Amino acid sequence: MNLHEYQAKGLFADYGLPVSKGIAAGTADEAAAAAEELGGEKWVCKVQVHAGGRGKAGGVRLVDDIDGVRAFADEWLGRRLVTAQTDAEGQPVGKVFVEEAATIDRELYLGAVVDRASRRVVVMASTEGGVEIEQVAAETPEKILRAAIDPAAGPQPFQGRAMAFALGLDGKQVNQFADIFVNLVRLFHDLDCSLVEVNPLVVTGDGDVHCLDAKVNIDNNALYRQPTLAALRDPSQEDEREAQADEFGLNYVALDGNIGCMVNGAGLAMGTMDLVKLHGGNPANFLDVGGGATEEAVAEAFKIILSDDAVKAVLINIFGGIVSCRIIADGIIAAVRQVGVEVPVVVRFEGNNAAAGLKALEQSGLDIATAASLEDAATQAVAAAGAAPEEAAPAEQAAPAEEGP
Amino acid sequence: MSILVDSETKVVCQGFTGSQGTLHSEQAIAYGTQLVGGVTPGKGGSSHLDRPVFDTVAEAVAETGATVSVIYVPARFCKDSILEAIDAGIELIVAITEGIPTLDMLIVKDRLDTLGARLIGPNCPGVITPGECKIGIMPGDIHLPGKVGVVSRSGTLTYEAVKQTTDKGFGQSTCVGIGGDPIPGTHFCDVLELFEADPATEAIVLVGEIGGTAEEEAAAFIADNVTKPVVAYIAGVTAPPGKRMGHAGAIIAGGKGTAAEKYEALDAAGVKTVKSLAEIGDALGEVTGWP
Repeated sequence: MNLHEYQAKGLFADYGLPVSKGIAAGTADEAAAAAEELGGEKWVCKVQVHAGGRGKAGGVRLVDDIDGVRAFADEWLGRRLVTAQTDAEGQPVGKVFVEEAATIDRELYLGAVVDRASRRVVVMASTEGGVEIEQVAAETPEKILRAAIDPAAGPQPFQGRAMAFALGLDGKQVNQFADIFVNLVRLFHDLDCSLVEVNPLVVTGDGDVHCLDAKVNIDNNALYRQPTLAALRDPSQEDEREAQADEFGLNYVALDGNIGCMVNGAGLAMGTMDLVKLHGGNPANFLDVGGGATEEAVAEAFKIILSDDAVKAVLINIFGGIVSCRIIADGIIAAVRQVGVEVPVVVRFEGNNAAAGLKALEQSGLDIATAASLEDAATQAVAAAGAAPEEAAPAEQAAPAEEGP
Repeated sequence: MSILVDSETKVVCQGFTGSQGTLHSEQAIAYGTQLVGGVTPGKGGSSHLDRPVFDTVAEAVAETGATVSVIYVPARFCKDSILEAIDAGIELIVAITEGIPTLDMLIVKDRLDTLGARLIGPNCPGVITPGECKIGIMPGDIHLPGKVGVVSRSGTLTYEAVKQTTDKGFGQSTCVGIGGDPIPGTHFCDVLELFEADPATEAIVLVGEIGGTAEEEAAAFIADNVTKPVVAYIAGVTAPPGKRMGHAGAIIAGGKGTAAEKYEALDAAGVKTVKSLAEIGDALGEVTGWP
């Protein structure tokens, strides 16, 4: 789960990480009042969306009067921000964050991720602040400093000091950085984060180390023990169909093809998409109906798949493990009747009671094609969907670097 | 021969009396697995599925001599269950549970490495040596005792690979589902090492997916250490970046962890790769010369 910058900065402040004073506003009046309350002569206004690249997209502005703050809020609230990391539609702007402006002497990078290869939380820092860390990793990997955190001992100040010296910090900045290092990892652990990023971490005109931005992602699997964080969820930033699928325990990811896929198991669901592509088609989605594939789950899966107008055929691929394909067939038949599916449906069953399941589908009187094999299923689905449409350029979504470069 | 488990293996089940524990323990017993008892705190002294129930894993080990534990407890209790099994001296822990917080697994993995215990999973179908011992949720009847070692990050993809090797008559020595989480207890390389040393395993099927670098590490390991033929399939060529594809570990992050990179590494290591999951069985025949 992603948090907004203003939410992340609230958590930062709780952990003693130095952030600027700021107030999130949902209306232009609130934004103007926020600037009044903060005082000073300059404010940074930032749209709050779950995507990076806001600055380049015009979603961040330095203003020097209250009217400017109001104008920024008026301009953005209720609109959508399109950045290099969003799709073409962009993300809706429900809040703007009005913040005291800080002076900037140097820009650094600081982040923490779960490193899969070393099985440690790893803190990364770089002198290349304000640049995406993936880019630094690709072009100048030697500029990324790393410190692995021992799961039992936790973060140690010496690790932070070593990093501070290597970044060229000096004087009071060294201990300031070491404190930030330790507190950032404490926050990471306490709040079950999958990613924390401060980009940029700056040295201010006064020579203090300061967190100018804040990005926090939370491990969804840990939300049950983080109720205050779960309450920070902003559904407006999530894909509607993905959120709907999630409610029914289905895993759905929208793609830009025209063959809807319904599969049991995440790996097989990916494998089925790949098979469709290999046979000249384009998958419209990833969808894992789960091991049980109950009638209710299948019906919801149909609804979600068919809510995408691009879908011209549906391919159902089930490997019956413990669950019988005969039972799944009943679920499909009931769901097709209930939902009123009007596009061709191709079903491939394998495993537990596959033959009986296919027979039940054939005898249902419904327009459901059965497939004898994986290849046959993919071929039939691609044919049913008609000639594959011209391939849309893949959305250039810069991925969040949850697992580090 | 086989790896990890065989007909002599004694297994206890943690979460024995729960619905999942009951369903899959029944099937394991029916398959012939020596499931010698279970653990449900507070139900010690009772009996379930004609097996004794213990309050603690330590008691279960002391009374039954079990060396393997299978875990079906809900995700929020799973770290505790795994650590209890390690503490009780269990040698092989199989965690089926999906949804364990990643930071819990960092602690678990550290304890495993420190104390020398082995964990298969979490978020996996389990491990089976066909005809001898089934531990987990995989359907027993698609398996056939034989000569192919199967290791996979995905449940249903494992079943596809197994079914194809059964249909061809090759059969399986042992099948290991290492699970779809970002921090698994056992990695491809660990299992490859065991298969290489196992006389019953004559060829290996590796099923990977997007996310992380486990397949790249496996490729390097195969190049240096594996003499047996390996067929590999990677799921997720069409997966978009930045999206978690069902499994917690299946995500292309920061442009890394793509299927293309994994295929490239495996090809370079001399592994026979297939782009269609339907071709795993045929490819095995090709690299081994088996009819």
